[in-house]
Amino acid sequence: MPIQILMPALSPTMTEGKLSRWLKAEGDAIKSGDVLAEIETDKATMEMEAADDGILGRILVPGGAEGVKVNTPIGLILTEGEDKSALDKVTSPSQAQAQTPAAAPAASVAAPAPQAPVAQPILQKSYNGPTKRQTVREALRDAMAEEMRNDPNVFLMGEEVGQYQGAYKVSQGLLDEFGPKRVIDTPITEMGFAGLGVGAAFGGLKPIVEFMTFNFSMQAIDQIVNSAAKTLYMSGGQQRCSIVFRGPNGAASRVAAQHSQCYASWYAHCPGLKVVAPWSGEDAKGLLKAAIRDPNPVIVLENEMLYGQSFEVPDDPDFTVPIGLAKIERAGASVTITAFSRMVGMALETAELLAKEGIEAEVINLRSLRPLDTATIVESVKKTNRLVTLEEGWPYAGIGAEISAVVMDQAFDWLDAPVMRVTGEDVPMPYAANLEKLALPDVAKIAAAVRAVCYRGQK
Amino acid sequence: MAIAKKQVAKAAPKAPADNLLKLYRDMLLIRRFEEKAGQLYGMGLIGGFCHLYIGQEAVIVGLMAAARPGDSVITSYRDHGHMLATGMDAKGVMAELTGRSGGYSKGKGGSMHMFSRETGFFGGHGIVAAQVPLGTGLAFGHKYREDQGVCLCFLGDGAVNQGQVYESFNMAALWKLPVIYVVENNKYGMGTSVERASASTELHRRGDAYGIPGVAVDGMDVLEVEKVGRKWLAHAREGKGPVVLEMKTYRYRGHSMSDPAKYRTKEEVSKVRAEHDPIDTLAKKLLDGKLATEDSLKEIDREVKDICTQAADFSQSSPEPDLAELYTDILVEA
Repeated sequence: MPIQILMPALSPTMTEGKLSRWLKAEGDAIKSGDVLAEIETDKATMEMEAADDGILGRILVPGGAEGVKVNTPIGLILTEGEDKSALDKVTSPSQAQAQTPAAAPAASVAAPAPQAPVAQPILQKSYNGPTKRQTVREALRDAMAEEMRNDPNVFLMGEEVGQYQGAYKVSQGLLDEFGPKRVIDTPITEMGFAGLGVGAAFGGLKPIVEFMTFNFSMQAIDQIVNSAAKTLYMSGGQQRCSIVFRGPNGAASRVAAQHSQCYASWYAHCPGLKVVAPWSGEDAKGLLKAAIRDPNPVIVLENEMLYGQSFEVPDDPDFTVPIGLAKIERAGASVTITAFSRMVGMALETAELLAKEGIEAEVINLRSLRPLDTATIVESVKKTNRLVTLEEGWPYAGIGAEISAVVMDQAFDWLDAPVMRVTGEDVPMPYAANLEKLALPDVAKIAAAVRAVCYRGQK
Repeated sequence: MAIAKKQVAKAAPKAPADNLLKLYRDMLLIRRFEEKAGQLYGMGLIGGFCHLYIGQEAVIVGLMAAARPGDSVITSYRDHGHMLATGMDAKGVMAELTGRSGGYSKGKGGSMHMFSRETGFFGGHGIVAAQVPLGTGLAFGHKYREDQGVCLCFLGDGAVNQGQVYESFNMAALWKLPVIYVVENNKYGMGTSVERASASTELHRRGDAYGIPGVAVDGMDVLEVEKVGRKWLAHAREGKGPVVLEMKTYRYRGHSMSDPAKYRTKEEVSKVRAEHDPIDTLAKKLLDGKLATEDSLKEIDREVKDICTQAADFSQSSPEPDLAELYTDILVEA
């Protein structure tokens, strides 16, 4: 049977086009790759090449024809051993072979649409083992050291993590214990070493990539989002990427706009990433250990202002904090406050102040921002009927905006007041001490929001 | 997915003639596969972006002939040839192009995003030059595990002006990582010629500042590519660090399917095709050296065409992904 030449689609949007002219005549010999004709698409004039060898037996659509639909037979090729008589055997040019998947969406509508999984509350187990008094800095260091002892594929890389012992001394002592093969000082080259880490993770290693601060991760965000987060999906589940990106996030003190920014909503926005933000020493150690063990890319948002704070920290190499679960730090029935990282401490402080006014706030330490423990938040709101979200970052499309939407969706009928957000101001961080203070949440702002959702004036 | 590695074996050939015939066959497989892909695109069966490798076949085939099992390969989005040359199955690649469940990524990646752990192919990356730090990381892994592997990291002439390439060069040289940076210089980054994009057009010298040796290679001569590849793969394997191989090559088709390629003349394309085609050049060598006959080459052509026809059939008969696949493979369940 002669081979049909079909009108080709030569751009992703082309449905029909003009067959400008034929560059071969009937009877011409053609080789695969020869230019057969010129086609005018919706974008440009393109050359159409032959995909088969043979003789151009018949031209079905003449040069100059306009509005030729994609997949219309425009010519016939005689293959080796065929003569002209074969041409007449092609009576009604069938387009069966040109079936496009365009029919599929109709079938899609009939099938039940798959549902994204809905979270169920999970009972939290509280830790009852031995503890020791440690700073958050030490807890993070111990988390890394324990996991590096556990698994030879775990290594740490970043700027000043080795000989300098960490720009913020988080990696103190690790070079001595694990040596330069596993504690690697990198040049100042964020996009480079973030990408190198992702590549190493593709190859089966488990890198911990430290950003001196998350502000510098913007240089590397393409590698984090496009390479680390999406590859599992784009490979149909084949190519894993087990990697931790960690470092201090959010406002430090008096370092101005480029060094004071919260990346919680940036990274939590992206499917394929997990994002955690520890507050206490227990959070820091347990979440970082869980992050290192996790087979996915995990962003660990630490906070410089917390590094020096001391907590009772579980002293057990098997202790981890499960990613995806929040912790109720303080129970209360009057109002729910959600917070993460340094803001948890501020929320607790505010709760003590408000208790004197007869307002008992329930403080939820989110711990994990993706996946978000929506079940714990919703259960709490069903009890308190009021919600204030707290974060250091900007309000626009922030974590508070997401939580507000979740509560509207899942607990609308339980709300006795509109959800209020307490956030950093919607401005780049100023340097001046008085303006910086004004740009960040504080106890007074949180207390005012809580009183507002409780319809209470200030005492 | 379970796919046999029968099409291209990495094992060393037994006799020189066998080696040449295998190179011929592997290049022809890519050529015919890409022609078929172009055809399916024309029929509306392949959507979106589709970047064909026609003209550049000698680069990947020559280097894979020099590589060993355990080496890793990573490239950008003009990647179908690399997949086939590492031994990935034509059916699985074509079915991914048509977005079907039988594709390497179950239809969720498309032309630019396929992977095979079995053959050491690490993608298939859509962001120009992002694969360069990634490949450097694969090389870091080879060194960390001391597995004697080398990463072949491919980039185009358009990628060499991205900053992350030099961040990678620096670390690779600093840490003596086993990586071969293969710059496939096909003269045009989309529609912009190298001369219009690069202040220095000697792309093999782009590692000079880091002390990385660089070699310009006739990328249309598969035997030359293989020879140079063997030398520098051994160099990298011995722990002597990275190299930049600039493969001077040419793509016959547009940048992607919708590119009419008005930035170059027809004569320029025809001249390369007529005088430097990597497949025709090798065919002539085989015939002149009496290492093959017209008939035996035709037989190879038939075999390769069969593979591509079967791939095209499979890519249309394989069902579209199940709708439940929308929510799978986002995270590995811990």
